[in-house]
Amino acid sequence: MTTIVLNVNQRRYSLQVLPWVSLLDALRERLKLTGTKKGCDHGQCGACTVLCDGKRILSCLTLAVMKDGSDVTTIEGIASGDDLHPLQQAFIEHDAFQCGYCTPGQICSAVGMLNEGKARTREDVKELMSGNLCRCGANTGIINAIMEVKEGGGLE
Amino acid sequence: MNNFEYKQATDAIDATDAVAASEDAMFIAGGTNLVDLWKYNLVHPKLLVDINHLHNHKHITELENGGLRLGALVTNADTAYHPLVEERYPLLSKAILAGASPQIRNMATNGGNLLQRTRCYYFYDPDVPCNKREPGSGCPAMEGYNRIHAILGASDQCIAVFPSDMCVALAALGAVVNVSGNNGERSIPFTDFHRLPGDAPDIDNHLHHGDLITSIDLPVRGFAQNYSYLKLRDRHSYAFALVSVATALELDGGIIRDARLALGGVAHKPWRMHEAESVLIGRTADEATFAAAAEVILADAKGFKYNNFKIELARRAIIRNGMMALNPETQLPGAQPSA
Ligand SMILES: Cc1cc2nc3c(=O)[nH]c(=O)nc-3n(C[C@H](O)[C@H](O)[C@H](O)COP(=O)(O)OP(=O)(O)OC[C@H]3O[C@@H](n4cnc5c(N)ncnc54)[C@H](O)[C@@H]3O)c2cc1C
Ligand code: FES
Ligand code: FES
Repeated sequence: MTTIVLNVNQRRYSLQVLPWVSLLDALRERLKLTGTKKGCDHGQCGACTVLCDGKRILSCLTLAVMKDGSDVTTIEGIASGDDLHPLQQAFIEHDAFQCGYCTPGQICSAVGMLNEGKARTREDVKELMSGNLCRCGANTGIINAIMEVKEGGGLE
Repeated sequence: MNNFEYKQATDAIDATDAVAASEDAMFIAGGTNLVDLWKYNLVHPKLLVDINHLHNHKHITELENGGLRLGALVTNADTAYHPLVEERYPLLSKAILAGASPQIRNMATNGGNLLQRTRCYYFYDPDVPCNKREPGSGCPAMEGYNRIHAILGASDQCIAVFPSDMCVALAALGAVVNVSGNNGERSIPFTDFHRLPGDAPDIDNHLHHGDLITSIDLPVRGFAQNYSYLKLRDRHSYAFALVSVATALELDGGIIRDARLALGGVAHKPWRMHEAESVLIGRTADEATFAAAAEVILADAKGFKYNNFKIELARRAIIRNGMMALNPETQLPGAQPSA
């Protein structure tokens, strides 16, 4: 067992983990932050996307021990209190989900993508969101929602 | 159980000592391939040595000879978007950005990218034989579903391909891999880094146990004017290449003065052939010229039941990508075909 500190959604957690526990399992099973989803557990779907030190990563392929001391933002930390994040609001307005399973990963990934600032066109957005699969096929709504926030001046 | 211990290395010597001390120790960098293989029970480390804190190898620096040194622990994303890489080696940027997904590129490192294992389905399935996984057990891909497999350089032991995109550009650019091991430091030219399967398909490259990749050097010439990376795959994005092509040209009027050509997704290593590049030099940059180079590089290509199409696909991709290299600014995101 190793003791690690994770600053998740601006709260400090100290926890003991075995070396092979993924960041995803640590968030879901230990911290009970079940907003982050486990889709494939193999890096192929993006459902487990979180922001780690500001960058979008896959929590299923990350060992929790490797992130000792890091700042992690999950879907639970995206809104400001009761005020939805602009992306959350846009996802509702654009019907950007059906079952909702991919949504937390989509939104965390979109936050990361807008922070990266590399997408100029809609084609760029599609390419830079391709690491998040949606089995319900809500992709058009997802890209529309992200485009609205992007064109509307981005984040907060 | 497939359990392991974990240690953070403080510097390169600490890291290589820890891994060299035990056959069952491995480095972990981004973890995007290693953790996946571990979950499939395909690797069985007793100790993982985390090299993410080797601060000397987390930078991109200019070399005195005018080239660029890419630290092994710089992420694929930070490399692709680095201003000097974008400006001087745009072919490398494009190739990296055609691989995996943004999340994975934020985690994956330059060193790890070179050492990723094949995506052969039989390699991933522990219930079937595989000479790469268990030498001598057989290769079901030869008679099986071999759509993604090799058309060049395969052996009667293994027809798996090496899946990296970044490495296709590194081969074309003539990069050099710097390695630090128990016997000191050495530098390996990129095209000598990976090996063909031959009769030891379990061995992907020329590293020894405990060797640490510290950096990758890019030579001065980056072919920043005329270059293109084209990646053809079963879906639009976030999929491995069936065939990919890196083309870099130096043009004088319409005449090719120097050329680089490398293929991905077709062999056990990035496939670069000087004879095919020679064909291009001194000729007009047009479809007929690129077709002549394709003829040479694919002369010994051999398909199997389900991947025969790759030979014609590669031929057309070489021609198309040659033409795309004449107008790099028209290239679409994700290394899709463009005009
Ligand atoms: C779903 C998915 C899709 C992908 N698609 C693509 C794609 O389209 N194109 C593509 O090119 N790649 C693709 N990849 C692969 C990805 O690029 C690699 O997994 C990644 O580059 C590996 O780097 P890493 O730092 O995560 O390596 P790790 O997983 O940490 O390590 C991989 C291996 O390298 C060793 N190692 C790592 N660093 C060093 C070093 N400095 N010295 C010595 N040994 C070292 C480790 O011991 C291990 O054996 C994909 C991966 C996934 C999961
Ligand atoms: S659960 Fe991590 S990518 Fe699918
Ligand atoms: S909304 Fe169901 S998977 Fe995307």
